[in-house]
Amino acid sequence: MTAIFDIPIQALMAQLMLGLVNGSFYAVLSLGLAVIFGMLNIINFAHGALYMMGAFLAWMGLEYLGIGYWPSLLLAPLAVGLFGILIERSMLQWLYKLDHLYGLLLTFGLALVIEGFFTNSYGVSGQPYSIPAELTGGFNLGFMFLPYYRGWVILASLLVCFATWFGIEKTRLGAYLRAATENPQLTQAFGINVPLMVMLTYGFGAALAGFAGALAAPVIQVSPLMGSHLIITVFAVVVIGGMGSILGSIVTGLGLGVIEGLTNLLYPAASNTVVFVIMAIVLMVRPAGLFGKEK
Amino acid sequence: MRCKLLNVAVAALLIPVASFASAEAKTAAMKLSDNTVKIGVLTDMSGVYSDLGGQGAVTAVQMAIDDFKAQYKPKFNIEMVYADHQNKADVGSNKVREWYDTEGVDMVTDVLNSGVALAVAKVTQEKKRVVMFVGSASTRLTDQDCTPNTVHYAYDTYSLANVAGKAIVKNGGDTWFFLTSDYAFGHSLEKDTSEVVKANGGKVLGSVRHPLNASDFSSYLLQAQASRAKIIGLANAGGDTINAIKAASEFGITKNQQLAGLLMFITDIHALGLPTTQGMLLTAGFYWDRDDETRKFSKRYFDKTKRNPTMVQAGDYSAVTTYLKAVQAAGTDDAAAVMAKMKETPINDFFAKNGKIRADGRMIHDMYLVQVKKPSESKYPWDYYIIKSVVPGDEAFQPLSVSQCPLVKK
Repeated sequence: MTAIFDIPIQALMAQLMLGLVNGSFYAVLSLGLAVIFGMLNIINFAHGALYMMGAFLAWMGLEYLGIGYWPSLLLAPLAVGLFGILIERSMLQWLYKLDHLYGLLLTFGLALVIEGFFTNSYGVSGQPYSIPAELTGGFNLGFMFLPYYRGWVILASLLVCFATWFGIEKTRLGAYLRAATENPQLTQAFGINVPLMVMLTYGFGAALAGFAGALAAPVIQVSPLMGSHLIITVFAVVVIGGMGSILGSIVTGLGLGVIEGLTNLLYPAASNTVVFVIMAIVLMVRPAGLFGKEK
Repeated sequence: MRCKLLNVAVAALLIPVASFASAEAKTAAMKLSDNTVKIGVLTDMSGVYSDLGGQGAVTAVQMAIDDFKAQYKPKFNIEMVYADHQNKADVGSNKVREWYDTEGVDMVTDVLNSGVALAVAKVTQEKKRVVMFVGSASTRLTDQDCTPNTVHYAYDTYSLANVAGKAIVKNGGDTWFFLTSDYAFGHSLEKDTSEVVKANGGKVLGSVRHPLNASDFSSYLLQAQASRAKIIGLANAGGDTINAIKAASEFGITKNQQLAGLLMFITDIHALGLPTTQGMLLTAGFYWDRDDETRKFSKRYFDKTKRNPTMVQAGDYSAVTTYLKAVQAAGTDDAAAVMAKMKETPINDFFAKNGKIRADGRMIHDMYLVQVKKPSESKYPWDYYIIKSVVPGDEAFQPLSVSQCPLVKK
């Protein structure tokens, strides 16, 4: 067997693959955060809670209404998106003119309330959600057994990431959106409904979180704490990628997933700190993040 | 002006005298400080272990207090306070220090999380109060880190290893790889289990340590798979164990290797469901459906919480009752006197039969080797375990002859 630094090449390949799977979740989550920050200047600390809601809604749909995985993958993000719109209309919209800190505090508080509600109702041990029948089993890749579902996670995330990037950077609607954030007054003067754009953007960011949640439901236990365990890492991803950079969050999300996977193999004790070490180094060298623009 | 100064001077002189006098009066006239016994429940209220203790622990302690008041009509008041230690040793020990210093707490219980427990044991010894660990697992609490103020109640890592670990090795699971939670508890459980495995002729092929609340276990599991060990020992608890088991079945690891959940609670089984957990051998200090007494308690508990009690929650009830009985019998809440009383009185209730608290603070009671039922064998809600054997306390727990606790006279 070939080996690099005493590590069998097969183990290395397997960890890279798993890193890509985890990176896909980071990418979709940090993408939502980046969209919201880039367009609205809101540091959305409720993102983890929205992700958890997505997973819980998928579970509730199956448990109470008999809605299967595939419809849930569409319905759960939709519901979370609507919930996001509700938050934006009722609370967030009053905070745009204030310092970032207010948005952060409000969303942080919201996250605690949402998580508290679910913890109180369901407990932290969580609920099991099975992998859809079509995707049970897996490929034998030679170096590892890759469950079909994990493969699907990579595929679905990449599709969603690409669609979001395309929508914002390449379409007319995206152009309006970017204009609305660049110069709201002028954009409004051209007859574009800026508050509506902003509302839809927050809703879309929330829906991305909900989508990641529904996608994660079959692989990790659906628990009220699943979001808070992940959110700090995802924030680090966004900071490394450059706050508000769409491409940055996608690339960094996948990249950091892979680096974390390698750390799991080489020095597991550091696996939950490696992201922050990288963040510190990146901030020292490029304070605006890898893909961020210095203002 | 001079008069004022003089007054101040006199007052300053009198303060120590007065406080000395009041201290004298306290010990002479009042055996119980402010006639109140105050119990602090320190637990994980919202984190990864909160289903094991948490709000359920608070409920169980409140039940114990209410039952004690109704049955024994004590002349003293009993109060309860509770706090969330957030699984942080500094948060937990600061809270307990505050309880002892300013709130007159006499006894602290539950204390899920061994990292927090080790810190709380030190504070308790320094402040001369009593701590009864129920949720925490590390054997260190009554071994090298034992104190005269510590009781360790429901279970510990030694007994977990010695009951289920031994049974698994004897059933042919003789090569092991550990997935270990990277803090005091996981280390302790891995060490104790490794020793049992080796003592029974097995081999430990390796281990990997993961952070508490690791979100993804697949990469650790692949390392376990590559070791080709027959048994993958999960030296972790709560949500970590649940996610590890879930990922193992997804990656098809359970086809060729067997998982051993070294510390699993009934709430974990409830959360994972029987199809994923059937056949697993576990150690339990308590099972709700064991006899009429346990069923009676569990029914009352279930009516309040909509869940059956874990061994931690049932143990909290029993520990608090044991403590209150000792306070009443000793007529004081002085820690040394209550500890002496508890150590000389056998414990008999739904939780323990002829339980005894040893010199090192370890509460010795029967432990159970249980096997998770197949879905077809489960007849009603929470019908999860078959009790395979009852292991007498003296066999289940670490014998005093190998104890490193200085309180043990050899």
